[in-house]
Parts: sequence; C-alpha cells; structure tokens
Amino acid sequence: MDKGLTSAIAANRFGLGARPGELAAIGGSGPDWLRAQLDGPAPEIADDGLRSSASILAQVYDLRRTIRAARASARGVAAGSAAAIGAFKKLPQLIRPIYLAEAGARFRESVSTERPFVERLTQFWANHFAVSADKSVLAALAGSYEREAIRPYVLGNFSDMLLATERHPAMLLYLDNQLSMGPHSRAARNIARRNPGRKTGINENLARETMELHTVGVDGGYTQADVTAFSEVLTGWSLAGPEGWRTGAQPGTFRFREAMHEPGSKVVLGKRYPDTGYDQCVAVLGDLAARPATAHFIATKLARHFIADDPPESAVRQVAQAFSRSGGDLPTVYKALIDSPDAWQQPLAKYKTPSDYIVSAFRGLELPVKMERPPVGLFQQLGQRIWAPGSPAGWPDRSTDWDGASELLKRIEWADAVGQRLGPRRNAMELAPQLLGDELSGASREAIARAESGAQAIVLMLAAPEFMRR
Amino acid sequence: MKRREFLTAGALAAGGVLVSSQLTFAGTADGRKPRLVFVVLRGALDGLASVPACGDPGYAAKRGDLALGKPGTDGGALPLDGFFGLHPSLTFMQQSYAARELIVFHAVASPYRDRSHFDGQNVLETGYPQPHAVETGWLNRALAALPAAQAAEKERGISIAPTAPLVMRGPAAVTSWSPSHLAPLDDDTLQRISDLYSHDPQLGQKLAEALAAEAIVDEKAAGMANGGTPRPLLAARGKPGAQYAEVVQAAAKFLRQEDGPQVAVFDTTGWDTHFNEGVPKGQLAARLAALDAALGGLKAGLGPVWNDTAVLLATEFGRTVAENGTRGTDHGTATAAYLIGGAVKGGRVVTDWPGLSGRGLYQDRDLMPTLDLRAVMKGLLAEQLDVPERALESSIFPGSGQAKPLRGLLRA
Repeated sequence: MDKGLTSAIAANRFGLGARPGELAAIGGSGPDWLRAQLDGPAPEIADDGLRSSASILAQVYDLRRTIRAARASARGVAAGSAAAIGAFKKLPQLIRPIYLAEAGARFRESVSTERPFVERLTQFWANHFAVSADKSVLAALAGSYEREAIRPYVLGNFSDMLLATERHPAMLLYLDNQLSMGPHSRAARNIARRNPGRKTGINENLARETMELHTVGVDGGYTQADVTAFSEVLTGWSLAGPEGWRTGAQPGTFRFREAMHEPGSKVVLGKRYPDTGYDQCVAVLGDLAARPATAHFIATKLARHFIADDPPESAVRQVAQAFSRSGGDLPTVYKALIDSPDAWQQPLAKYKTPSDYIVSAFRGLELPVKMERPPVGLFQQLGQRIWAPGSPAGWPDRSTDWDGASELLKRIEWADAVGQRLGPRRNAMELAPQLLGDELSGASREAIARAESGAQAIVLMLAAPEFMRR
Repeated sequence: MKRREFLTAGALAAGGVLVSSQLTFAGTADGRKPRLVFVVLRGALDGLASVPACGDPGYAAKRGDLALGKPGTDGGALPLDGFFGLHPSLTFMQQSYAARELIVFHAVASPYRDRSHFDGQNVLETGYPQPHAVETGWLNRALAALPAAQAAEKERGISIAPTAPLVMRGPAAVTSWSPSHLAPLDDDTLQRISDLYSHDPQLGQKLAEALAAEAIVDEKAAGMANGGTPRPLLAARGKPGAQYAEVVQAAAKFLRQEDGPQVAVFDTTGWDTHFNEGVPKGQLAARLAALDAALGGLKAGLGPVWNDTAVLLATEFGRTVAENGTRGTDHGTATAAYLIGGAVKGGRVVTDWPGLSGRGLYQDRDLMPTLDLRAVMKGLLAEQLDVPERALESSIFPGSGQAKPLRGLLRA
C-alpha cells in the first residue's frame, strides 16, 4: 500500500477532510492514526448551554398548555385573537434557537475535531438510528438525542447504543410509540369501560423500523407476525408527560407505562419471551443485537460508508465476524474495517455527501464557524439539511444518491462564493497538496496553478474531482 | 455574458463537452408532443382517505374515526362516481374528474407484498418484481427504449430535484434541476471547471446537464427566485407542501419548451401517517390540499401544453383499512393511484373492487390488491410515449407478463 496515499485516504475518507498540516502529521501511517483515535472515551460536545431533551420537552409541554389555554379563551371571542396567535408562534420560536445552537455545536465539532474518524462514526450512527427534524418537535430534539443516545456509545457496545436510542424520547416520538397501547392492557380495558368510543391499540412503526432499519435489516427473516408481536412487546415504552411530577418521573424522560403494556408472553423470531414488563423488550433488543443478520447488516452499512458503494463481500464478512465475535464491541468492529485491505486500495471511491463536502471545505480552508449564525441554510441549499433526512432510513449512502447535476452546480456556485470571499487570503497552490496529498491529480494541480486569481484558484480546488470525492 | 450565451459560446470552446447537452426532444411519429409527469408519493399514501369507498358498507364500519362522511354531509367526501368519493381537500382533482381529465385506479398495488417503505419504493421505482434487483428506474429505461431517431441523443427527462430519484436513473441521458439561491459563476471560471472535468467524464456530463437545465430556467431570477434570500429554515413545516409551488413552476417551465424535456419527475413526502392522521381535518388533509394545489399549479403553468400532458401519481403501498391505536394507520398493501391531465381519457374510476368485508381483505387487514400498478404504467408508456411493447415486457418491466398494458387511458 502506498504510504502517502494512506494519509490522504485516512484524512479524507475515514476522517472529515484534511486540515492543513494533518497529512504531514499522519506521516504515511494512516491506519495507525485512525486506531489511535479510538483510544480513550468518546469526545463530548463542548457545552455552551446546550440543554437536555428532558428540559426541552418540559418547556414544550408548558408551551402547549399555554396554547391550549389561549385557544380555550379565544373561543367565543373573534377568531384569530392576538393571544391565541401569539401562543402558536411561540413553538417555532422555542424550537429554532435550540436547533441552531445544536447544529452549530455539531458543525463546529466536525470542523475543529482532532479525532475526525470518531466524529464521522458519530454521524454514521446518528444517521443509522435516524430521527428527522421535519417532524413535530424533533428539530428541537435531534441534537440532544445525538448527544445523549449516540455520542456516549460510539466507542462502546452496539447493544448499549441500541437500547439508548430505542428508549430515547426523540425516537419514541419520532416513530410514534409513546401512545401505543396493548389491546388487553390495563389502560385499554379502563378506557373501554369508561369511554367505549375511544380507540386504543398498538402502533407498529417503531417495532418495524427497529427490525428493518436498526438491527436485522429487511432481509433479516421476520414476518408481519413478528412485527405485530414486537410492537406488543414495545407497548408501554413511552415518556413522562407534564403530569410526571405527580408520579415521580421527570417530564420528558423515558417512562415505562406498565398500564399500557400488553400483558403475556410473546413470540418474536421464534423465541418466546415471558412477560417481564419493561425487561421483556430489553431482552428482545438484546437478542436482535446478537443475531448474525444484525452483524451482517451493520457490517454492510459500515463497509458501504468507508470502502465503496458496493463493498467487496470479503470486507463485509471480515467486519461482520468482528462484530459477532466481539459481541458488538464497536472499536473492535472499526479496527476490522481499518484492517481491511480493500479500504485502502481504491482512492476516491466515494462521492462526498453535501455535508461531507461542506465540512471538508471548512476544515481545509480553515473557515471560521460563527456560532451565532451557523451555516444551516447552506446544508439545506446543498440538499442535506442537518438532522433532516426526512425518513427513518436516514440519508442514503451511495454516490448515485448525491451526484445529481443540479446538486453539483450548487456546490460549485458555493465554492465560487467562498473563493470570492477569501480572495488572496488562502493560497490554493500550497493548500491543494496539503489537503489532497497523493490524491491530487496533475490536471487539477495545473488548473489551480494557472488560475487567473487567488479566488479562482480556491474555486478550482474546491471544484476539483478529487475534492468532490473521498 | 449571461449563462445562456455562455452555453452557446462555451459549447464551441469546450470541445464538445457542452454540445452534447442541449436539452431537446423530438415528438412521436405522428407529430404529437406528449408530456409525461410522474409524481412519487413517498411514505404510503392512504388510498382509503384520498379516495374513500363511501358506498362500501364496510367502509364506515372498518375505518371508524378515520372514515369520511358521505358526499353531501358536513365535512364529507366530494362526490365522484356515486360509490367512491374524493377527499374534501382534492377540489382540483374533482374538477378534473368532472372535466374527464382524471382517472382514479383503486385497489392497485405494485408487485411488492411486504411492508417496508424503502423496499416498496424500490419496487415502485425500478419496475422489477423484487426490491434491489437493479439500480435503474423504469422511466429511464423507457426513455432508453425509444426508437433512436425519436430519442435523439438529448436529455428527454428531467428530475425536479437536486439528484435524480431512482425511477429516473439509468442508461438514458437525463438531467436534474432544483432551485438555487446562490449566485451564478462567471464564465471564465465555469469554462475552466468544464475543462478540468474533461478528465472526469462523470462530472463533466453532470455539469453540462446542469448548465443546460439552467439555461431553460434562465429567467429564474425574474420568475421564481426570492431575491437570493435563503428560504426560512422551517418554511416547509408551517404549511405542508408549500415548497411544491416552486417545483411545479419549474416543471411547467421545462415541459413547456418546444425543444425541452418530455418527461419530468418530482417527489412528495410526508404520507406516512401512523399518528394523528387527521383525515377530514389535520395533517393528511393539509398535505392533500397542498398536492391538489400543486397539480392545479402545474396545469396553469403548462397552459396549452396541459392538453398533451398525463401526470401519474403513485405511492409504494397503502395503509391498514382499520385505524391503529394512535389515530393513524400502519403500513398496508393496495391503495389508489391517479392519472390526470388534458391527455387523459378521464372521468372514471378503474377498479375491480374487492370490498372491505372480512374475506375481501388482504391478510385480514389491508385493502386487497386487484390491479397491478405496472399495467397502468405500461399502458401509459405505450400510449403516451409510444414505447414499443416488446421493450415494456423485456427491459422496462421484466416479469410483468401477467400485467397486460391497460389500454385506452388516453384520448385518441
């Protein structure tokens, strides 16, 4: 393996794009540089007053109460009373600053981190266990969800991350589990007695997506009966509402609502689980995490992310074996990926996502990140609004999902704006070899050298095929 | 120099990189210039909410709170054919039905029979019976199957999206366009990037396509950009589907061109209504209203070209007949599809209605599929684009022999 090339591949494919000096620091030992990043606890996002999901949800509950009250008092008064309208406007006013602060903090971490491999992995897992900011209050929760349920587990065990994500309020709300109720549960029977007209029952969404998207994958061998049974297992996995103080549960935190849980044992994927309440679902999740299909599914996604759109079966097998043999120990899994020769053989095999592209440009040009105005609009413009994949499957991860004509032109237009802004303050001639190393082609080097201005040289570097890929 | 002028001058200078990408098409043999639009409804749109079977005795009983009232009742469905109604949000669709420009297909499904969105959409878009069989879409392969003289070498298809959805990917040259609020580049820089991309055919082709598309919407500054201000962060949240206006305006602009693309695709999302579906009023009602308004906007934008246009709207599968435990519906099987446009021989509901009584349901929970969506797609491709029947069976919808092309969808 070409040593110079391993530096560029480590920084640009496994990392988030080289910063000036990074390739020199790697010094031709890309795999070692990556392995070293896995030592020590996972980095935390610097605080800056970021809030917990529970505190955000508590505020949302308060606001909803205000809205309800305003709505009630507006009844009988002229429609659209100022009080009612004012209360409605407050929800976006609550959500938007939280989203901006969280997205800004994440973006700053991406641009400045010295462990970019770990940050890339964090974003990989946040996307694997995706919630989407375009639903309900999720824009306010996506950031705290990532900090609470993804980051602490990225260098830990898969099953711990699985449990942390499935019971996180953001996931429960995103996939509609909070009100899913066993048809024979105490709560359902009470409702049937007192209020026979009211509909109760299960909601399959979280159960289905947990199997299809988070663990065994769509070919994992489950049937509709398994989905139904698992959704019964999941009944009661909910969150504490505003009434939480009465029950001792802090509003906006996970709460197992025993009364909504479907009683009895259930059979999921051929195994019978006795009714142990909350622990019944913990047991199912543990078994899902340990299934070979899960190892294969996760290995395939990781290999697709780090090696190629269609990764070689040998690499997938190697990573899946590491997953199974280590019982889902993620650093072991990542090391198997680094050890895969395929990861180092095809430079520039992946087309950057818009997020990759923006982050790598900020890193490479050392562009300032303004926390009071993080560039969330830019991510949206280029087609990848932060934390808003729009579907529980997360953002797709193949070149063809991102290499559209219109999308390419927007990158170039943005690169042009960056070049204009920086002008002669960056020297692309010097930077290009520092950022792209042995990946830099003669043609690109020449085009940059012949640019008519410093600004144009920057545009050509950012538009170069080597910078579009990783 | 304007972008449009650059295209002409640059095409000469760039040694042909840009020459190959002027968007153009030729009409069919008989001189018609038919247009086809495919709207992907992602998330499994509830066909029993959009097109309620008000006349089915099982409908109100099975649907419970999600049932729409009969036509004529307060907040009830709009009248359609006496048996079926239309969701009250779909007023443009109802007018189109009355004007005989809308066909509703009901109890329709792709060959996919499981309940994963992502596999379901894959089958909807690839046209293959199994998910993930290929990485090309049926609509692109249909363009590739057109006779060479008719197909020219030009882009005949456009995705109104940053990147083509799967249905539009494949061997035929297609392009994509989406609104940009960034400033255009100067021509010298553009030329240099084009030159640099001559070493990279993939990027070179994409850039050429993007510039060609841009040239058509050149008046975008006048027509649709909002002065370069980025869209507000949560714009799409307040009003579901508010973003469709810009999309349909652009689609209309491309399709109106005499020598522009003939086929356009765009996506809509947000149909996955597991929770608080909101049928008469609520989230689904609001999204249907946005979709309906977008179709009305497309007709207005197309002007006389609407008469040559057929718009197919389809979703990956339907939803459970009964309400779930959270005032929504879970993933189901058969649903409704819609064909609308001036070229459509409409004013009818095409269905072999299976009924909503116990035995008529699929796996005891879903609307039973009785019509293969591929029969609709095949009929549409055959009549609207003159796609040869041989290709329909072999390269476009392999394994669809049972689903004979549905004929007579369009006005003669």
